Amino acid sequence: MCDAVTDQTEVGEILSAPLIIEYPFKRTTGPIIGAFLTGLREQVLVGSKAEDGRVIVPPAEFDPVSGNDLTELVEVGPEGVITTWAWVTEPHAKHALDDPFAWILVKLDGADTPMLGALKAPTMDVVATGARVKPVWADEREGHIDDIAHWVLVEGDAA
Amino acid sequence: MRDIAVISFAQTPARRSVPELNEVEMLMPAVHDALTQVDMTIDDIGFTCSGSTDYLAGTAFSFVSTLDAVGPWPPIQESHVEMDGAWALYEAWVKLQLGEIDTALVYAYAKSSPGDLPMVLTRQLDPITVGPLWADSVSLAALQARSLIDSGKATEADMAEVVARSRKDALNNPKAQLAWDRSAEDHLATDYHIAPLRKGDCPPITDGAAAIVLAAGDVARSKVKRPAWIRGIDHRVDPIHLGLRDLTVSESTRIAAEKAGVADGKVDIAELHAPFSHQELILKEAIGLGDDVAINPSGGALAANAMMTAGLIRIGEVATRISNGEADRGVAHATSGPCLQQNLVTVLEGDA
Repeated sequence: MCDAVTDQTEVGEILSAPLIIEYPFKRTTGPIIGAFLTGLREQVLVGSKAEDGRVIVPPAEFDPVSGNDLTELVEVGPEGVITTWAWVTEPHAKHALDDPFAWILVKLDGADTPMLGALKAPTMDVVATGARVKPVWADEREGHIDDIAHWVLVEGDAA
Repeated sequence: MRDIAVISFAQTPARRSVPELNEVEMLMPAVHDALTQVDMTIDDIGFTCSGSTDYLAGTAFSFVSTLDAVGPWPPIQESHVEMDGAWALYEAWVKLQLGEIDTALVYAYAKSSPGDLPMVLTRQLDPITVGPLWADSVSLAALQARSLIDSGKATEADMAEVVARSRKDALNNPKAQLAWDRSAEDHLATDYHIAPLRKGDCPPITDGAAAIVLAAGDVARSKVKRPAWIRGIDHRVDPIHLGLRDLTVSESTRIAAEKAGVADGKVDIAELHAPFSHQELILKEAIGLGDDVAINPSGGALAANAMMTAGLIRIGEVATRISNGEADRGVAHATSGPCLQQNLVTVLEGDA
């Protein structure tokens, strides 16, 4: 039985076991975020109008400056322009795309703030700040951010 | 305001992985070193505050068991923040300002290594519109770096200089994890990791712990020759959505630095918690540091970046240099969240 006693200084003999941890919360999305998610299901993108007139996407429930409730929704997109990007050479299993892709912040037409997405592109060389992109919708949509399967460059606009 | 000083600082060696010790065992040397330096035990401490996160430990209320590292018996006054230990220090500073106690122990620790750290950190993002995309912390930092480059404020070569200098300075830091003397050109010759970031632009994954003892007025003077007085401390937060921020600046850092009174005197050194190379350039501008300020003589977060701990270490590094006479006045910065979302700025000063 003494065999089970391990020497703590020898790294190779440390007992270990996998630990899978999840935080399976459910959230109520409310009238603003809920409208955004419902819009995704219908292939419509919406933002909220802030007190200073800016259109925020995804919609903010509260004014970023004053903190007051925001209630006015505005349709935006579906196309937009890349405001910044990063090229992932080795996608993670949890990422939406299996091949190398670009994270982008995309400012949709009619919006004043950009949102995050994954851009499918053949190489890093065709991605550029300012390039136009459009969403590719998932075949089955359920009112979730993943209803946008990914983004692609608008043809003829590749840098 | 009551005079409050950092009177001791200790940290464990920064290591990629510490599998042979549990959190309590990893933390104990830092706590006991910090107390021993000023000839104190936990019985001499009025308030204890810690910073750590359950998301790394994979256990709810994990900080409760880590209290064993201080030996909380008979029962002690303590608190915990689910943030970097720099924010725990802020809470302890507020508690000391109330005047009921004269001493406080602050500690922070993290085993960053057991999980897939960049993916664990996605859990701090907006859970509905961003979190499900699993945008890892390195990718988000890369988006920020691209913004900065596009703005014309910095180049990849500027970032490379930060990388080379930080790892070279770390050669003088026996606790550092990554330390070497390689040129900026060598760094630029390496492949992109997540473009425009190269591996060298990113911090290491670090397991480690640190502890600080704070003391008020005459207690501080009785314990050390040159206390590092906290002359200003402030923390601010930017919106969670990256799209609501100009990623090329750090507005929350700028406000915190202004409120902490950075500009009220000459700054000799600054320890900036910039996990990614380009973030040092953003922070330097936000705090208003001139080229004559020695930035990150310890090597900074590019040399060792234990989660929840690296911000507290910045305060300790500045305090140590003030207490040993290397500097008279310094700035310590701590950050948390994606792309410098939350920021804390401390101004420390020694007696003339």
